Formats: sequence, C-alpha cells, structure tokens
Amino acid sequence: MPAASASAAAAPGVARIATTYREAVRAAIREALARDPRTFIMGEDVGRYGGCYAVTKGLLDEFGPERIRDTPLSESGFVGAGIGAALGGMRPIVEVMTVNFSMLCLDQILNTAATLRHMSGGQFSVPVVIRMATGAGRQLAAQHSHSLENWYAHIPGIRVLAPATLEDARGMLATALADPDPVVIFENVMLYNMAGEIAADAGAVDIDRASVRRAGRDLSLVTYGGSLWKTLAAADELAREGIEAEVIDLRTLRPLDDATIMASVRRTRRAVVIDEGWRTGSLAGEISARIVEQCFWSLDAPIGRVCTAEVPIPYPKHLEDAALPQVPAIVAAARAALGR
Amino acid sequence: MSTAREAKPHLTRPHVLALLREMLRIRRFEERCAELYQQEKIRGFLHLYIGEEAVAVGVMQALLPEDAVVATYREHGQALARGVAMNPLMAEMYGKQEGCSRGRGGSMHVFDAATRFYGGNAIVGGGLPLAVGLALADRMQNRANVTACFFGEGAAAEGEFHESMNLAALWRLPVLFVCENNLYAMGTALAISESETDIRAKAQCYRVPSAVVDGMDVVAVEAAARAAVAAIRAGEGPQFLECRTYRFRAHSMFDAQLYRSKEEVERWKERCPIAQLSAWGRSVGLVHDADIAAMEAEIATEVQASVDFAEAGSWEPLSDLARDVTTPREAA
Ligand SMILES: Cc1ncc(C[n+]2csc(CCOP(=O)(O)OP(=O)(O)O)c2C)c(N)n1
Repeated sequence: MPAASASAAAAPGVARIATTYREAVRAAIREALARDPRTFIMGEDVGRYGGCYAVTKGLLDEFGPERIRDTPLSESGFVGAGIGAALGGMRPIVEVMTVNFSMLCLDQILNTAATLRHMSGGQFSVPVVIRMATGAGRQLAAQHSHSLENWYAHIPGIRVLAPATLEDARGMLATALADPDPVVIFENVMLYNMAGEIAADAGAVDIDRASVRRAGRDLSLVTYGGSLWKTLAAADELAREGIEAEVIDLRTLRPLDDATIMASVRRTRRAVVIDEGWRTGSLAGEISARIVEQCFWSLDAPIGRVCTAEVPIPYPKHLEDAALPQVPAIVAAARAALGR
Repeated sequence: MSTAREAKPHLTRPHVLALLREMLRIRRFEERCAELYQQEKIRGFLHLYIGEEAVAVGVMQALLPEDAVVATYREHGQALARGVAMNPLMAEMYGKQEGCSRGRGGSMHVFDAATRFYGGNAIVGGGLPLAVGLALADRMQNRANVTACFFGEGAAAEGEFHESMNLAALWRLPVLFVCENNLYAMGTALAISESETDIRAKAQCYRVPSAVVDGMDVVAVEAAARAAVAAIRAGEGPQFLECRTYRFRAHSMFDAQLYRSKEEVERWKERCPIAQLSAWGRSVGLVHDADIAAMEAEIATEVQASVDFAEAGSWEPLSDLARDVTTPREAA
C-alpha cells in the first residue's frame, strides 16, 4: 500500500488530519450532499450494504434513502436516469460499482450524456458526475480487473478525472459537480486503503491541470491513478542511481493538460509514459503521439511506454503482477530512455 | 437410480443418498474453500453457495451429458453437481495450471468443456444471452440438447434478462432459465430493487412458462426441473424456474452483512436443504446414520485429496503470460 507522500507539503499553521483515500472520497460526498439539496447519490449497494468498497458507509443513516439511493442491477437504467435527472436540474452523483460493469451503461454515457449539449445546439447541458472504481491488482481475474479510463477519455463531451492523491480524492468531486458538463471520476481500487494526512480544511481542487509530483531534470515519467505510486517508487530507485526523474500526475485524462507535459519534456528531453491500460490504443499511445507532435525536436530518445500486457488479467498473482506495470519495468524503461 | 429421461424423481434409497451426497460434497468443499481463503490460498472474490445446494443438485438431475450449463460467479455448486471433478476445481481455486480453467479464471470462472460447463460469468446477467445463443446453435444444428442457465434474482433487473427472455421465447429455444432467488443481490433486498417482486411474472410476460419451487427442497427442485426439461425436449420452447432459496454466508468474503439480521439468517438455516433431506430420509427409513457417517468420511477424503492435488499443482510459467488470448495459428 503506498503512503501518500506526494501530497502537498504541510504548510505551517494549517491543521492536518489523518485520513484514507476512501474516507476522503466519503468526506467529499458528504460535503456535496450537505451543501446542495440538488445533489444525491445513487448506485448499486451504496445504501444498506454501505458501498461495495465501503465509500458510502454511514451516509444512508445521515441522509436517508431518497438521497442515498440504492438501485437495482440496472446500469443502463440508473446511469441514464442520472443523466436525465441532471438534465432536469438535479446534481446527481452516480456510482457505477466498477468500470467493469460500465460497459452496460456506456451507451448512455456515450450516446446521451456526451452528446446532448452538442445535438441540442447548446440548449441543454448534463451536469452529472459518474464515479467508478477501476484497476487490477486484487486477483479478481479477467472480468473484474479492467482499466478502461482511456475508452472514456476518447469521448468528446465528457471530462475524465483520475484522482491519485488524498487531496484529489477529497477535492475533485466538488469541482466536478460544479462543472456544467458530464464528469467521469475513476478511483483506483488499490488506493482506497491508502492512508496519510491532508489539511483539515482541504476542499475543492482544480481539475484542469496535471501536476508535477516530483521534480527532476533527467527524464519525465508521465502517469496517473494507481500507477502514480509505482512511478514515484521507481523515481526513488532511479534517484539512488543518480537519475532524477520528474513525475507528472495527469489527474485529468480528458482534456489532457498538454502544457504541463510538454514543458516538462522540453526540459528533460526524454519521456516514459506509464499506463495501466493495454498498450494498443492506450492513453500512453495518445500521450506519446502528442509529445512527438509537439516536442519532436526536443527529444533525445524514443518515448518509452510501460503498459499492461495484451492479455485479459489472469487470476494467479504472479501472472497478474507480470501483466501490470510494475516498478522494475518502469525503472528499466527509464534507464533505456537514458541509454543505460 | 432414475434416469434423466423420466419426468418424476423416484425416491429410491440410492437416489436419495445420491442427492444427499451431492449436496454434502458442495457444502464440505465450500467450507474448506472458506478456510483456504482465510489462509490466503484462495484469493480474489469467493462467493459461497452454502444454503443453496438443493438448486444446483436438483436441476442437474434433469440434464443429460449432452446438455449445456451456464452459471455465475457463485458456481462451485453447479460445477460439482454437473460433474466437474473436484481436483481440477480446487486447483482452479488456487490458480494452479492443473485447474479446470488452467488457473486463469479462479473461483469466478470455472469452465469445463467435457461437461459442457460454460462458466463462471462474473458480470451479472452476462450468462443469459450466452445461454440463448448456445440453445440457438443446438436448434440450428438439430441437436436435442437443453441449455440450463443459472442466475440470481438480482439479474432480473438487468436489460439482458429481459432481452434474453424475449429472444428465447420468440425463437422457442431450448433454454431452462433457473433463477436462484436468494432474496438479496449483495445487500439489496428484492423488495427495494423490484417494482414487481414476483420474478416468475416477469418471465411469464414474455410468454415463458414459469414455475416457482421451494429451493430448499432438492426433491421439489428436481421434480420441477424434470417437468420443465421434459417440456423443452417436447419442443415447447424455453421454461423458467424460480427457486426460492437463501445464502447462509456473506455475499463474498468482504461483506459485513449490514443489510440483514442474524435472526433472519438463523431462521433460514433451519431450512437447510441437507438437514431437511437427511431428516426426511431417516424418518422414512431410507437414510441411516451409518450412511451419513460413511458419506462424510468419503467426502472428507475427496476434499482433502483435492486440496493435496491443488497444493501439489504448479504455477504456470511467466513465459506463458500471453497464452490463450487468441487461437494459436500455424506458422506461415
Ligand atoms: C453487471 C454487474 N453489475 C454489478 C456487479 C456486482 N455484483 C456482483 S454480484 C452482485 C449481486 C448479484 O445478485 P444476484 O443476481 O441476486 O445473485 P447472487 O449473488 O445473490 O447469487 C453484484 C451487484 C456485477 N458483477 N455485474
């Protein structure tokens, strides 16, 4: 389990509180519900069960079943209803238990949420927030281990967020709810237990900019979500060899913050992209293309990619580990970019 | 012992003992799986069928070897009752390459071509269209097989349930839909997830003939399944069986069970399908204490052997990581 050490350094005089990623998301949901009567949350087992990953535990008692709304197993139906409720003036948070089940509501997201504004000539907007858990690493095998963030990042008309830190887990939801357009938030399942401290008054954060989580001069490691912590661990290992890697957390997967990525790559002249998606058609591929388009003349080495192997995620741990991006592969790709 | 072609179960002593044994095998296998989970030998999600054994065992009595079975992530019971051997099943639970899915699937993805066991599907509702397609293939190739499709009542809320009912009825396909109504989909009770809680009525509105049966009574399930399968084989199209049952354990290993009371669980445990059949068998003199003792001993040996088999099994080499993604082609 990563420790949330890349969180903003404590400013003197600001009270800090201990939290976890899960608690930070819950605090954000609670605050949203308290602040805006138009906000409610719905999804499978968000109420009585307490949330598949216990994110919404306790909220039913606090806010009641109208606003902590258990739904049937009807992903297309309740996501579509969330979109409709947003159209009708509410500010819903829809929880799709995991991205693995979101294929059943992809039609609603792609063909309704993402297109209404455009198809109506700008008359209507859909201020819905859809949260889903994503990622592998818990030996849940092929159907429960997907990282399909890139599929969503492919769609014009929605914004896609991937909070990797406690601050972002705490702060992205409020900004997403204030956004007039649909926002999809991906929470990596391996981060829910991540513990650390955040400012007691932590609140909304921007959702436009990527963030440099570690400064370095020798190469840029570009990543997001659960892979951030593996990338930071790799950067520590590289530092012991005298290689100073800059680590960029994309935070927002659509629209991508090209400026932050390119500013870094122009300085370091080398880049490796780390992405839990399958390599073919990956976000890593998109980022590599953009770097080539915008920074070709600054590059001193081919861009490296560390992605998930092109295989459905196998159940046994050794095979699952081998399929996913891991610290040694990131270190190796970084060394290769430096010709070592 | 009765044969599957007969419409009614014959409660001979061998048949009653066979039903009891099959349910007990599932129970003891899964109890061991729960222990192995605590020992971290089995990982990922583990959904136990304990309490629901009568459904799988009862329905399987009506099937022939050529028939097909489609199940969910809670499928150890169906696999064992269908005849998937315990050794490769346990090895699959471990993720060893001697497993029935070569270790790639684990608990939620048991597959076995030899018994026409088509998984092991961890997407709720995902198996229903598959069953419709298997039945369509049988029909188009003039094979008289039946496809039995197991799913929970939670799946009845999914579009795929409704689309599958309609297709199967429209094309009069040989599918036996078996709804295991255990009252909860994870923590969501039927009454808070369905406007119409009578699942049978949903199937009926697609003109799929439907029956409700006490899913804690293996004989009742067997009788209902035999009648339904006989109708399917007679060309009457798909049939629907709602089996009212209960899971005694948590949804999976991570469930605090905040949504139901201990008393409710205890009340249902009094209707344990194994205890009921064994008590009835004793009361009519078909089952004796010595039978149970012998059965327990044999099953204990079988379960232990499966654990030994799994322990002795091997991990697939890392060099095989990308194996079985697509069909191997001959080198050009
Ligand atoms: C499409 C989809 N949505 C959600 C889930 C998560 N999930 C797994 S099992 C389950 C409950 C299913 O209940 P039911 O169909 O009644 O079967 P049971 O588990 O009771 O046997 C849920 C919500 C899933 N696997 N697939």
